[in-house]
Amino acid sequence: MYPQAFTYHRASSLKEAASLLSQLGEGGKLLAGGQSLIPLMKLRFANPAHLVDLNFVDGISYVQQKNDALHFGALARHAGIEKSPTAAKIPILHDCAAGIADVQVRNRGTIGGSLAEADPSGDWGTVLLTLSCEVRCIGVTGERSLKLSEFLKDAYTTALASDELVSEVVVKVPPENSGGAYIAFKRAAPVYPTASAAVQLSLEGDRCREIAIALGCVGLLPIRVREGESLLRGQQITPKLIESAAEAARAASDPQPDMRGSADYKRQLVGALVKRATEAALQRARGQQVEVSHIYA
Amino acid sequence: MPDITQKVSIQVRVNGKPHSRAVEPRCLLVEFLREDLELTGTHIGCDTTYCGACTVLMNGAAVKSCTVFAVQADGAEITTVEGLERDGELHPIQKAFGDCYGLQCGYCTPGLMLSALQLLKDNLSPNQKQIRKAIAGNTCRCTGYQNIFKAIETAATKMRSAGHGD
Repeated sequence: MYPQAFTYHRASSLKEAASLLSQLGEGGKLLAGGQSLIPLMKLRFANPAHLVDLNFVDGISYVQQKNDALHFGALARHAGIEKSPTAAKIPILHDCAAGIADVQVRNRGTIGGSLAEADPSGDWGTVLLTLSCEVRCIGVTGERSLKLSEFLKDAYTTALASDELVSEVVVKVPPENSGGAYIAFKRAAPVYPTASAAVQLSLEGDRCREIAIALGCVGLLPIRVREGESLLRGQQITPKLIESAAEAARAASDPQPDMRGSADYKRQLVGALVKRATEAALQRARGQQVEVSHIYA
Repeated sequence: MPDITQKVSIQVRVNGKPHSRAVEPRCLLVEFLREDLELTGTHIGCDTTYCGACTVLMNGAAVKSCTVFAVQADGAEITTVEGLERDGELHPIQKAFGDCYGLQCGYCTPGLMLSALQLLKDNLSPNQKQIRKAIAGNTCRCTGYQNIFKAIETAATKMRSAGHGD
């Protein structure tokens, strides 16, 4: 399948990419990993007249720690994050990176591209919403930093202006005695999950000090389960409380029926995923090594 | 503004051999390999980033060549299935796929062998789980994968004993 013809521009810096976007106007699109954009172009769902390729910009695929935060360059590939010992300091990030699609897609796909696309079935938005995360953006007029919750506006819609792009994703390292886990349920590796759940919590003694629960693929945006979080916050986490949080997750979800399942099925599923992710997060917060991976049907 | 059909010059090393060509920006890497370079061992299956039949290595990393533009391979080193054999000798991965009956129709095989190569380049003693994860992006519609797992294990054993670097 051939995409519609387009003009190719190779950016040599993020700044240049922003100025190209500004010159090209509506017809210009950024090419990062291309693992969503290229299929969309082949199906002619996206027909940009111009592509601005970021893949030849040097030094924007880093994963590094600076003080109490991890910094991800816009072009950090999922595979790079999966293999990074630095990223592994926040285990939920490794869960996410290692489970996205398959090896080939992870070798190309990027964290910046994934967030900027804001696909309701994407993985990064859900995971990063449970952490303190800022998205740095660069445009012709300068740079700004947005909280992820401000960055994500709607399905496929972000706060990025048409001549602006993601330059970096910054994630604060959680405090001691923290643990998190992300579990997605998929029909096969290369497809988007049917539903997913991310849980990040911290303990004070045997009580839950802070907790964030987010759901993926069951709404237009990743959904925070505020009610479930307040049930667990300050409490000693028991199986009964976890069940209540799962129930709150089912209530908070707003799934659409599609080829992956009915709305009811997805609601049941997402509750079960919250339960498993909370159990794994709790074990990790207690210092236990728990391997978490996506579940395949 | 350049003309919309303006071609872009690229230089790519494919299986060690340098190629200079002018390509249309929308030309996909798989089409460039198959039609410009006539390396038809790389197959097009689903053409939608699912099946992995078009898997090649780009600078050592497995990619679905139906989801990379040829212009993005400018300056890159590409390995296709044609680059596996050396001096008429099959690569241990190719030999193992044959010996273990790791194929029926063979359509998915080139892609599977390149995914196996990426795995074995870094890990000559993969466990079952690692093998499954390494080929999760390659679909075989003939068989049940068991002989493919056996082939990759067998290739790993052979490459380990031969001290294989690639």
